Amino acid sequence: MNPAYSIIFFTTAAGAGYGLLTMLALYALAGDPAANGREALLPLGLAGVLVSAGLLASTLHLGHPERAWRALSQWRSSWLSREGVLAIACYGPALVWAWRLWREAPIGPVVPAFTAVLGLATVYATSQIYASLKSVDAWHLRLVPANYLLLALASGSVLWQALRVWAGVATAVDALPVATLMLAAGVGKWRYWRTLSRLAPTSTLATATGLGTLGTVSSLAWPHTEQNYLLKEMGFVVARRHADKLRRIALLCACILPPLLALGGSVSGGWPASLIMGLAVALLALGLVLERWLFFAEARHSVSVFYGR
Amino acid sequence: MTMLPQTTAKKLGLVIDLDTCVGCHACATSCKQWNDAGHSAPLTDTDPYGAAPDGVWFNRVHSYEVQTAHGSKTVNFPKSCLHCDNAPCVTVCPTGASFKRVEDGIVLVDADKCIGCKLCSWACPYGAREYDATDGVMKKCTLCVDRIYNENLDAAARVPACVAACPTGARSFGDLGDPASGVSALVRARGGYDLMPEQGCAPVNQYLPPRAVTPLVQQPLSRHAGGIESALLRWIDRVLS
Ligand code: SF4
Ligand code: SF4
Ligand code: SF4
Repeated sequence: MNPAYSIIFFTTAAGAGYGLLTMLALYALAGDPAANGREALLPLGLAGVLVSAGLLASTLHLGHPERAWRALSQWRSSWLSREGVLAIACYGPALVWAWRLWREAPIGPVVPAFTAVLGLATVYATSQIYASLKSVDAWHLRLVPANYLLLALASGSVLWQALRVWAGVATAVDALPVATLMLAAGVGKWRYWRTLSRLAPTSTLATATGLGTLGTVSSLAWPHTEQNYLLKEMGFVVARRHADKLRRIALLCACILPPLLALGGSVSGGWPASLIMGLAVALLALGLVLERWLFFAEARHSVSVFYGR
Repeated sequence: MTMLPQTTAKKLGLVIDLDTCVGCHACATSCKQWNDAGHSAPLTDTDPYGAAPDGVWFNRVHSYEVQTAHGSKTVNFPKSCLHCDNAPCVTVCPTGASFKRVEDGIVLVDADKCIGCKLCSWACPYGAREYDATDGVMKKCTLCVDRIYNENLDAAARVPACVAACPTGARSFGDLGDPASGVSALVRARGGYDLMPEQGCAPVNQYLPPRAVTPLVQQPLSRHAGGIESALLRWIDRVLS
């Protein structure tokens, strides 16, 4: 599948934003002072910026962005529609939360919990857009929602930790959730890739043409000599040897180095700590973009079967 | 409305005979011609006379080679939207632009509602939907909805353009939901089948398999064949050998 950069940006940035919201909510519920004072507006605001920028970017790949509001109507059948509805619903409690932080009013557990649940539900809906497609074997897997949710939470936790280090309130204990979440996310992704390597295609040229009962089918001539929409949009698959290398870089940059750096950042203080966390965030961004690029580029659509691929 | 109807009054669709299709692409070009001015017009082409022509087509003809027990065989294979009963392209649509008609089962796109998110083209396992980047909306075979009910045409012409154009009669149009229809009888007689049944789309369009190949075996002239004609042939055979 063609990796569209607007979708890669949307899913990674919004995922990290919702993960950050969830971390903030968890710390707020646990009574952490930095998560309950006015300074919590910073992580809340950053999450809002990431999510909003992602949502805006996601409308960029539409043929008619001005009609995007129509996408809210078919939530009864469409995961894309549900994603939109949930994403907008999440703004409600998030704004109440921000307002209460600003007024230094008591926040209570309901508003942060509600925001986090709606945020994670949005991530789940995003993952289901892909996981519900039977036409793409690499997406039609239960691991896909797990991967999306874990990576959103883990990337949000790195951002949260970076903000705490920069604010000078981080301790070594804070690096524990980062390490745990990233370990889970990395293992999830690793299992996903192992599943991919063993996946038998659902449809073959034999079933696509129904000619398999007569003998071995191969493509003799395509209907067209040049590229077309189908090949450009759904015929893109990255070479296996490149994919293997890219997978390793993605895991290293997203799941292994950031939690190690987060630990380093939490135990060292001052500007080195800030620098370390800056590096962690940069590596995380690179790793996440690579991981999401691969998610598309490694996925083969069943239409390629008709082209003998 | 992207919920699929429970049932449709009719199941209009095509039956495509892979035995008689000669791969002439007449259906594809006539489809392009009709629909360029039809319901989903235009079928935009980009760089049509340049180095990298590209454009929207609703019907494309592949050619396959099948290695059978009796040697290899070429099978031409036209592919357009199969107007599936369980169409995943419809249910994924976030806007309600994609829908399946209750009255005849035709799957259509409402170009005024489509936001061009392309998700439906991802959901269709057959690659039957093509995005028009110039219009910013998704397009697909309309089953020539603007011909089959068109009272400005002669009754005999109220069939899809591709059906009318096919020189070998490899394409038939009718109600596949009606067991008494001609197309249903054809499907029964010839063992019509679904493409990619494992995808669970329950396509309405049916494909008829190539007829069994009768291997050509050279028959030796029989000594005992009767009649003056064979006596003559035997005599010529003797003289020549
Ligand atoms: S062939 Fe594809 S586009 Fe047509 S109804 Fe079936 S799933 Fe939808
Ligand atoms: S491209 Fe148009 S018809 Fe297809 S899913 Fe998106 S809005 Fe619906
Ligand atoms: S039914 Fe009409 S739109 Fe569909 S393939 Fe045939 S000519 Fe094209």
